[in-house]
Amino acid sequence: MLIETKNLTKRFGGLAAVNNVDFSMEKGRINAIIGPNGAGKSTFFNLISGFHRPTSGTVLFKGIDITKLPANEIAGLGISRTFQTTSLFDQSTVLDNVIVGHRLRTKSNLVDAILRTKRLKREEAACRDKAMEVLEIVGLTESADRIVSSISQEEKKRTAIALALATEPEIIFLDEPAAGINPDETEGLTELIKKLNRSGLTICLIEHKMHMIMNLADHIMVLNYGEKIAEGTPKEIRRNEAVIKAYLGGSASA
Amino acid sequence: MKILTKRNGIIALIIFAFSFPFIAQNDYYLHMLTLSFIWAIAVYGINLLSGYTGYLSLAHAGFFAIGAYSLGLLTVKAGMNFWLALVCACLITCALGFLIGLIALRTKEHFFAIYTLCVGYIIYLVIDKWEGLTEGVRGLIGIPAPGNIGPITFDTAASQYYLVLIFLLAVILIVYRIIRSLTGRTYMAIRNSEDLAQTIGISTMKNKLTAFVLSTFFAGLAGALYASFIRFIGPDIGSTAIMFDLLMYLLVGGIGTLSGPLVGTLLLVILSQNLQFLQEYRMLIFGPLLTVIIIFYPRGIAGAFFDWQRKRKDNTLSGVRGELHIKAEEG
Amino acid sequence: MEILIQQLFNGLTIGSVYSLVALGLTLVYGILHIPNFAHGALYMLGGYITLSMMTLYGVNYWIAMFVSIIVVGLLGVLLERFVFRLLREAPPLHDKIAAIGILLFLEAFAQFVWGADFHTMTSPYGQVVNILGLTFTLQRLLIIVSAIAVMVLLYLFLKKTYTGSTIIAMSQSREGASLVGININKVAMLTFMISGGLAAIASSLASPINLVFPGMGHLVILKAFVIIILGGMGSIPGAIVGGYILGFSESLGATYISNDYKDIIAFILLVIILTVKPTGLFAKGER
Repeated sequence: MLIETKNLTKRFGGLAAVNNVDFSMEKGRINAIIGPNGAGKSTFFNLISGFHRPTSGTVLFKGIDITKLPANEIAGLGISRTFQTTSLFDQSTVLDNVIVGHRLRTKSNLVDAILRTKRLKREEAACRDKAMEVLEIVGLTESADRIVSSISQEEKKRTAIALALATEPEIIFLDEPAAGINPDETEGLTELIKKLNRSGLTICLIEHKMHMIMNLADHIMVLNYGEKIAEGTPKEIRRNEAVIKAYLGGSASA
Repeated sequence: MKILTKRNGIIALIIFAFSFPFIAQNDYYLHMLTLSFIWAIAVYGINLLSGYTGYLSLAHAGFFAIGAYSLGLLTVKAGMNFWLALVCACLITCALGFLIGLIALRTKEHFFAIYTLCVGYIIYLVIDKWEGLTEGVRGLIGIPAPGNIGPITFDTAASQYYLVLIFLLAVILIVYRIIRSLTGRTYMAIRNSEDLAQTIGISTMKNKLTAFVLSTFFAGLAGALYASFIRFIGPDIGSTAIMFDLLMYLLVGGIGTLSGPLVGTLLLVILSQNLQFLQEYRMLIFGPLLTVIIIFYPRGIAGAFFDWQRKRKDNTLSGVRGELHIKAEEG
Repeated sequence: MEILIQQLFNGLTIGSVYSLVALGLTLVYGILHIPNFAHGALYMLGGYITLSMMTLYGVNYWIAMFVSIIVVGLLGVLLERFVFRLLREAPPLHDKIAAIGILLFLEAFAQFVWGADFHTMTSPYGQVVNILGLTFTLQRLLIIVSAIAVMVLLYLFLKKTYTGSTIIAMSQSREGASLVGININKVAMLTFMISGGLAAIASSLASPINLVFPGMGHLVILKAFVIIILGGMGSIPGAIVGGYILGFSESLGATYISNDYKDIIAFILLVIILTVKPTGLFAKGER
């Protein structure tokens, strides 16, 4: 198992946003988490990526307990993520936004910067190469020098994915990668995710676009009010009584 | 060719700066420039933290004062050699900066600004009230000018000008190298979004703290140079009035730009010298100016200039792309 | 014992003033998330206007204060309309800087119009009274009573009137308020007006026991920030309680610790609070 959560729970005040969730993600698969709005999906991501401390329970990465690690160290281990809002730097180019993504694999410090050492120059070149490499993977080579404020929403999403890829992750968590983009673009993004997966990357995504999930995911977990109500292949999920009830009975936002 | 002309421009400016003492008619202009260079060093410090790392510090006049008083006390009261005292003053400022940064940087945005404002005020009050050490409002007098290095002495206006100029150029070079390096990219990533910076594996606290300490170093250095240049210091140099002056130099010149601190400081210092009659009321103009600039030109003169340059370049280059873009949006 | 009671009474007086200033600051912060550094300048201006009305036009203290409330309140509206509204979508750095610009302008303006001198304001309530062994001027009693009256009125306004409830609604959720049809711009202007008015009341009440000068708002505004961090940014009861806590700590600190360093107490308090809890006491949940 690449990632395992055990009894993972997060309470805000008295409310359990994530309640006793056991979930495991196998290496090389595309995992998906679905559920109505406010089901705790984003909180679940935040717990794994170190943004929230769980109230109880553990997160294991390759069998190592990472529950208490800070977010940056979790990234260093090879767990990467994107956010619902891309929060890129608008005034800067696509390339410049992505270059810093490889920073965690470099060692140069302030002294290197001031003295402009060989190590710094070498690492700068490495970061630039890495950035170009991941931009090619996401299909943005042409747009590398464009200012982020001038590119489309879909391109921003791809840039955010490129940034996450630049950290050289083993698993990448995508928080609603297709939110706010049109059906054609969604198709393209689905292809990109498949391609990343084929190259060996494990993927976990949250998404509201059911069609996209069903045709993409190997393994789906359904959350409702913070609790896992179902887990399985798309086929199994589609037939699951609890899921149908949650979606039809609750807010039919999907 | 483009880079060449830019580089030539910078070289010309440096040559001009070095030949200025020969051109200047009297010491008054030299004095004024020296003083603005000193302020500019402090503003570069603030810019590194507030402009590039995104944390608005309102404590830097306090660090400026710490640098100045450290130098003053070490030379006047402890009789220490000037150069040793200069090094010590910077180290003392950095040490205090480290301690304060360690705590202050746990807070964010508004809290950080208010926190540092209060820290600045505490520094001011301590200097003002601790008469046994600082002489309080009477101030510290008789601070020696920089001691000679071998045959080079610093007792004329021109020599002091050169000394400060060299420090300023060194500071600019350091800042330039930092912002162009991976470290600078790291700072800017933190400014842009601290959450995003963390997810790409950046230890935000460590980086913020280095930026903070380095920025206090610049402020302390400027303070120490100020003390030895003016030869007299009072608690007022740590006051919020000085802080707001520095902030104004930064904002008018351009926060988060390399040339901004120098442009803003020179412009405003020279302007206020020439508007002597306004001295006490200059804020009648500068206050609204600050507000207007932040609304319409948030990156100051330097930022507005770069935007204008970029627009000009874009117009000639991307007319075609613009059209394509519109079509894509329609389709 | 007598000293203690005397100091507690003084604390109540200063605390009343602090609470009023902090209330204005917290209202604006609660609704627009602007730490209004210019609030201290509004306070200062309020003092000058009341003073000028009394000395130049020989107006009664209360009428002078009323004029001051109106003028400073309207100034607040102007600031909202022509400065902060333009910066609503800007990065958080910008409104702070803009506020600082306004602060610098207003101070220079006061100095330009009224000079840098210290002025005294003579109130009609300068008599010294002696109750239960306590000696104080009537003005001090007046400060406490008026401040409490203003707070009660403000409370009634916010809780019992429709207009007041729109302010509360907007402080809870700006999006929510706009969804139910509340005009955000109007509420923002109204809030700035109340905030300015409170500052004017505070300075008009406090000036007779202090002095009127261009820098009179500096310490007060810094302390008001400490108070609202103490009481929770945007919290109305927090501002009131925080104001009195600071008032008492200062008056007791001045007697039992050191008069020289009494102004530092607030800042030490703040440093301690934020050191322990970087998001302030009573932060609203986690992000």
